[in-house]
Amino acid sequence: MSGDPKLERIAKGNALALCATGTWTASFAPVLERMVADAEQLAGSRPNIFIDVSEVSKLDTFGAWLIERLRRSLTQGKVEAQIAGLSANYSSLVDEVRRVKAAPVIEADAVTIAGMLEQIGRSVAGVSGTLTSLVDMLGAVLAASGHVLIHPRSFRLTSTVHHLEQVCWRAVPIIVLITFLIGCIISQQGIFHFRKFGADIFVVDMLGVLVLREIGVLLVAIMVAGRSGSAYTAELGSMKMREEIDALRTMGFDPIEVLILPRMLALVIALPILAFLGAMAALYGGGLVAWLYGGVDPEAFLLRLRDAISIDHFIVGLVKAPVMAAVIGIVACVEGLAVQGSAESLGQHTTSSVVKGIFFVIVMDGVFAIFFASIGM
Amino acid sequence: MAQDIQARIQNPIIRVRDVTVQFGATRVLDGLDLDVRRGEILGFVGPSGAGKSVLTRTIIGLVPKVGGRIEVFGVDLDAADAAERRGVERRWGVLFQQGALFSSLTVRQNIQFPMREYLDLSQRLMDEITMAKLAMVGLKPEVTERYPSELSGGMIKRVALARALALDPELVFLDEPTSGLDPIGAGDFDELVRTLQRTLGLTVFMVTHDLDSLYTACDRIAVLGNGKIIAAGSIADMQASQHPWLRQYFHGKRARAVMS
Repeated sequence: MSGDPKLERIAKGNALALCATGTWTASFAPVLERMVADAEQLAGSRPNIFIDVSEVSKLDTFGAWLIERLRRSLTQGKVEAQIAGLSANYSSLVDEVRRVKAAPVIEADAVTIAGMLEQIGRSVAGVSGTLTSLVDMLGAVLAASGHVLIHPRSFRLTSTVHHLEQVCWRAVPIIVLITFLIGCIISQQGIFHFRKFGADIFVVDMLGVLVLREIGVLLVAIMVAGRSGSAYTAELGSMKMREEIDALRTMGFDPIEVLILPRMLALVIALPILAFLGAMAALYGGGLVAWLYGGVDPEAFLLRLRDAISIDHFIVGLVKAPVMAAVIGIVACVEGLAVQGSAESLGQHTTSSVVKGIFFVIVMDGVFAIFFASIGM
Repeated sequence: MAQDIQARIQNPIIRVRDVTVQFGATRVLDGLDLDVRRGEILGFVGPSGAGKSVLTRTIIGLVPKVGGRIEVFGVDLDAADAAERRGVERRWGVLFQQGALFSSLTVRQNIQFPMREYLDLSQRLMDEITMAKLAMVGLKPEVTERYPSELSGGMIKRVALARALALDPELVFLDEPTSGLDPIGAGDFDELVRTLQRTLGLTVFMVTHDLDSLYTACDRIAVLGNGKIIAAGSIADMQASQHPWLRQYFHGKRARAVMS
């Protein structure tokens, strides 16, 4: 009795019986749908068409719905097409699908030029919103810091130390390794090109200024934005999704003070330390390459370094670090709190946290360059 | 009829034998045996933390077991190859405790996800079947384009049930389906499970804490304690049992309120 489903047409005088046989289940759905579509053509060809399902060996929602769909198409005006031979087992299933209203047609949004322009317009208009929310967060964090300064007991030391371990201590190996390699590369490229002018030794000047003043801190800030900024956004975002932040608020805690201030503080402390370690590692790497590849022995390297750079370069580099840390932290926290209910939204905001973080770090670096140039440092 | 029942007892849809599950040093399930018969609604109860969800997850294959044997539809899941396993997975549906809807997909896409993966259907048929499933679980067609974060707790449970039923499974696992629903909603849900079991010929494995569900929806009840099944049988058997936990559970204040 079981087997491939069929829909046979048997004429009985004036009437036409559509006899369904075999297995009417999901696995045969494509075949069934074609058969039903063929049979639908018969609508109106005879005054009386009915569907006989007595020979159906197995029926599930898919089969039942297709029979119901056929019944509806065969129904002409007020004369309802009938389903005959329904076994007791399946009658409740067929009754169930009979109650279903026809599916509304859902149209996918078409991609139009106007739509794309609208998108661009919206994102441009959104920029001011982004800036406002950043300033908003900065204000909230400052207010919370003020509150903590007045009530030092409300400061969360454990949390701060925990985050310090996460963003500083655990970041040391990767930061040192990468800055070391960058130092090596700068040094090697410098020697390679400067050698043409017989100016090998000037590679030390370039390395010192570049590493201490610009690349060191910038590179470390970018890595921290990718490593810790994203982590902050994801943490805060998933807490937002599970209503943990609302829970804090209802218990009378300020989420800014409990969650964001310790994270910000950890980042502001961590970044100068990491930038310093990074600069040292880069100088070490650069010196090593200068010695092994360029033949500048360590003594000459150090002597030259002392002449080439002043403490100003070092200060300029380190002054930038906490500001960049604050920018990364604020962007990460704003994005984290903007997460909506879905996993997709969490992903989008984490991405945008890193992208915006890096963007603002570079913008800040430019602003600092102009500032230090005008004060002559 | 008697023969039929005999056959159902001899060929259970789930056969769990001597299953042991251990997390570190804690033994959660200790040589557990359980049969689920075809076409029944089995209520699975036990104290919090006894390992009800662990057993469910072990049967589904999400938690590894230390020892024992699990057969579903007569297939030993440890011995089955990937294709056989997929075949079995296609025939069961799972309703997770929190719904576990895909948060970045709409209700419609959630329900159509298994259909899209396992069956080769036209979009029109999928949309229509989605409507049918939504109607079966008692939801209005308006919810189709909403995201899970825009649904209430009860609606999430219903959509999750619709997704679990998407492929017309023969067996569904329900992990605390009525928890977090109001009593009326929970009562509706029990009724719904009963109706679906009748119309679709489902076998239902239901982990629950809800006494009402046990009384109104379940054919048979299995009780978990100390990593084993303490008792299995009808609600009358449970009430007659002398086991202290069962006595407390089925003769407590709440149970009396439900029964009266």
